[in-house]
Amino acid sequence: MSAIILATDDIYVAQNIGFGIIAAIMIVGALKVVTSKNVVHAAVALVAVLAGAAAQYLLLAAEFVAVTQVLVYVGAVMVLFLFGVMLTRAKLGQEGDLNNKNALLGVPVALMMLGVMSWVLIDGFEDTKLPQSGDQVRIQAVSDNIFGPYLLPFWALSFVLLAAVIGAIVLARKD
Amino acid sequence: MLINNFLLLGAVLFCIGVYGVIARKNAVMVLMSIELILNSVNINLLAFSQLHDSIDGNTFALYIIAVAAAEVGVGLAMVLLIYRNRKSISLDELSEMKG
Repeated sequence: MSAIILATDDIYVAQNIGFGIIAAIMIVGALKVVTSKNVVHAAVALVAVLAGAAAQYLLLAAEFVAVTQVLVYVGAVMVLFLFGVMLTRAKLGQEGDLNNKNALLGVPVALMMLGVMSWVLIDGFEDTKLPQSGDQVRIQAVSDNIFGPYLLPFWALSFVLLAAVIGAIVLARKD
Repeated sequence: MLINNFLLLGAVLFCIGVYGVIARKNAVMVLMSIELILNSVNINLLAFSQLHDSIDGNTFALYIIAVAAAEVGVGLAMVLLIYRNRKSISLDELSEMKG
């Protein structure tokens, strides 16, 4: 996919090559997440996908989101997942019982969605180019945006996190 | 760079995540597939943020990351609770709510 686009767009060669390599790693990792027979292997593949997503955010000139992705996803969420795998590893030892009986039904659904979305995207944004990002640092703009027009969602989000923390403690507590 | 690079990558990741949600039986694996879906949405938001030279997409991506972290915390706590009560986290054995 990206090789074809690479041939037609020869302006930002280095960015395109980097994008292609990272995208290939991410897609292979994502396929491994949904097909692996071992839960721990799937978690490690998910790390590759999340780190690749952080690299793509850097290519999109969103450095603060990339750093947050590494801190929150690769750091905290993956530790949570590994704890979840570790604490629920009862009869997961035998391989091959991770899938539903009719798991193959998901393949045509996913392929149909992919076909429709690809057709719409290619038809809609034929060769719209992303603007070349300048040298400006966007962290200041992000913080101005969060603590300016989006202050109320920020407060709501802090309550969501508080409720999630209390709810997780209440649910997982032994009593 | 073409914006379709990023949008098609997001579409591929989204479809792989949807397949994972449909095909997997283990509750932890379903949560991992949901993370794939949320990441593809983030890639789309940041691509459009760059296309329109607006900062709103970055803000939304940050909020999505925070909500996803909360969702994983509560989801794994529920999975632990189910495991403690039933010694299994297979989603097709949870049929108490069937009418």
